[in-house]
Amino acid sequence: MTRSFGKTFLRTLVGRAYPRLIGLWREKSWIIFDVFFPLLQVSAYVYIYRAVGAPPEFAGFAVLGGAMIAYWMNVLWSMASQLYWEKETGNLQLYLIAPTSRMAILLGMALGGLTATTVRAAGVLLVGTLLFHVPLQVTDGALFFGVFVLTMVALYGLGMLLSSVFLLWGREAWHLSNLFQEPVFLFSGFYFPVRALGFWVAAFASLIPITLGLDAMRQLLYPRLMEKFRFLPVEAELAILAGLSILFLFLARLGLRFFEDLARKEGRLTLRGQ
Amino acid sequence: MRPEECAVKTEELTRIFRLRKREAREGKREILALDRVSLEILPGELFGLLGPNGAGKTTLIKILATLLTPTSGRAFVAGVDVVENPVEVRRHINMVTGGETSGYGLLTVEENLWMFAQFYGIPSREARRRIRELLSLVGMADRAKTKVYHLSSGMRQKMNIVRGFLTEPEILFLDEPTLGLDVQTARTIRDFIRQWLWDHPNRTILLTTHYMHEAEELCDRVAIIDRGKILACAPPGELKKSLKQETVFRLYLAGLSDGKNLVEGMPGIRALAQRVEDGRLALDLILAEEEALVRVLSKLQAAGGKLVELRKEEPTLEDVFLALVGRKFSEDAE
Repeated sequence: MTRSFGKTFLRTLVGRAYPRLIGLWREKSWIIFDVFFPLLQVSAYVYIYRAVGAPPEFAGFAVLGGAMIAYWMNVLWSMASQLYWEKETGNLQLYLIAPTSRMAILLGMALGGLTATTVRAAGVLLVGTLLFHVPLQVTDGALFFGVFVLTMVALYGLGMLLSSVFLLWGREAWHLSNLFQEPVFLFSGFYFPVRALGFWVAAFASLIPITLGLDAMRQLLYPRLMEKFRFLPVEAELAILAGLSILFLFLARLGLRFFEDLARKEGRLTLRGQ
Repeated sequence: MRPEECAVKTEELTRIFRLRKREAREGKREILALDRVSLEILPGELFGLLGPNGAGKTTLIKILATLLTPTSGRAFVAGVDVVENPVEVRRHINMVTGGETSGYGLLTVEENLWMFAQFYGIPSREARRRIRELLSLVGMADRAKTKVYHLSSGMRQKMNIVRGFLTEPEILFLDEPTLGLDVQTARTIRDFIRQWLWDHPNRTILLTTHYMHEAEELCDRVAIIDRGKILACAPPGELKKSLKQETVFRLYLAGLSDGKNLVEGMPGIRALAQRVEDGRLALDLILAEEEALVRVLSKLQAAGGKLVELRKEEPTLEDVFLALVGRKFSEDAE
């Protein structure tokens, strides 16, 4: 990697991350849509858990899941289907004719989205914890942080892979995102430990990195309770997340090149007449 | 010429779009968008590609900008093959499209331009300097901090123009840059393009347009394209001359009832006609040499005639298109 390539890569990354970060401060509607609305859903689960007399840690499962939903939504709508929107607005062709790395553009999108989403997720976590008096006590801070980081790398790697796949499609990308949204809420166990769905469903759902990430984080928050509900040991989940991170980033890079070439041949990188 | 001597060179460039079954038009599953196009554009040229909607202009630009691959034939930009080495081509180019809605509405004009500059590796300080300079050239210095969603379409297009020139590309593709803009904004953009080329004489611009006057006013050479084929390629003046249609000087006069007898037989006049139009005397002259016009006017004024209006009626590129294609430009709307 030459020095000038490295500099352009970094500048691209920062440049593309910028709109996502600045959007956080300029468009405050996220407080309603990304904090208040998810909290309503979380509330429903918290009250169900309370109604059946579940231990208070179960409210913690729901609040943590509610916070992590922000990342899934971000990956689905602002990563996977992003290139479709960029094509619609005419940005995509400008990205593609620029003498920069496409991975830098995707990474910029991912890092900007991740940072902005972390603020949203922290909002859900904070308000949810205070509102429902959720007990949160991390047993191993470093490990918890490691699980979170690896979950994010794998999740956004998946987002980058999907965005390169979606490059070929038009409105179908939008429909696919819609199709993925709700089922993942269920199968990844956003509001309950995923083991409740059975081993094979949980194993299949583990292709979405947030499934394992949530399970591992819950184990580190509530070790005693999670002994009964855990899917896999934290170490195993960490190892799988590391593997998924490498796999998704590698596939994203390959996919981007492959689908870009294919879309260039088929004339699908731009709208007709644009 | 060898590809490396040209800014842009295409050899028998052809692009066929294959349609899905449901997209088939009149049973046809293929569209021939470019048909063996061969062009040579020299460094420093402002080259125009003139044709109606659907002629293949945008397809050609997309291939040259590495957004589309040709079905057959070759294309070189800055001497580099666009299919074999698109990454290298991108270091030399930029592109602006008419009616573009690129950028992010939430960002200011300056922030949007800065973001695109980052993709070209331009350091922030240098990018901001160029942004200030270019915005002031298109009359938008006071809009640098305006959010893009507050801009009118004309302002937005000026911003896009700045984006294209900001990276100081060696070769710039302008695809209908004044499409749908009001007269004043279009003029500002044309003046800016002309000035930029004056300041950067080695840079090349390939401009596609379906506005005849734009091509005539700006371009060193024009290629007329229709249904994917290049029909003619020459400087606008030469294209018009090729029609072998002569320039007519039309003089509207007051204070005279007959001008024809006064000037008939004067040296330099090849043909002469006179009629009355809206109560005014109209004298049509075809001259062997334009200097004869001064002598004619002196003679008419000496006889008490007063020149009310003078028109020079030359063949236009529209006439060239009509002669080449057999139909008017405006009849081709998609």
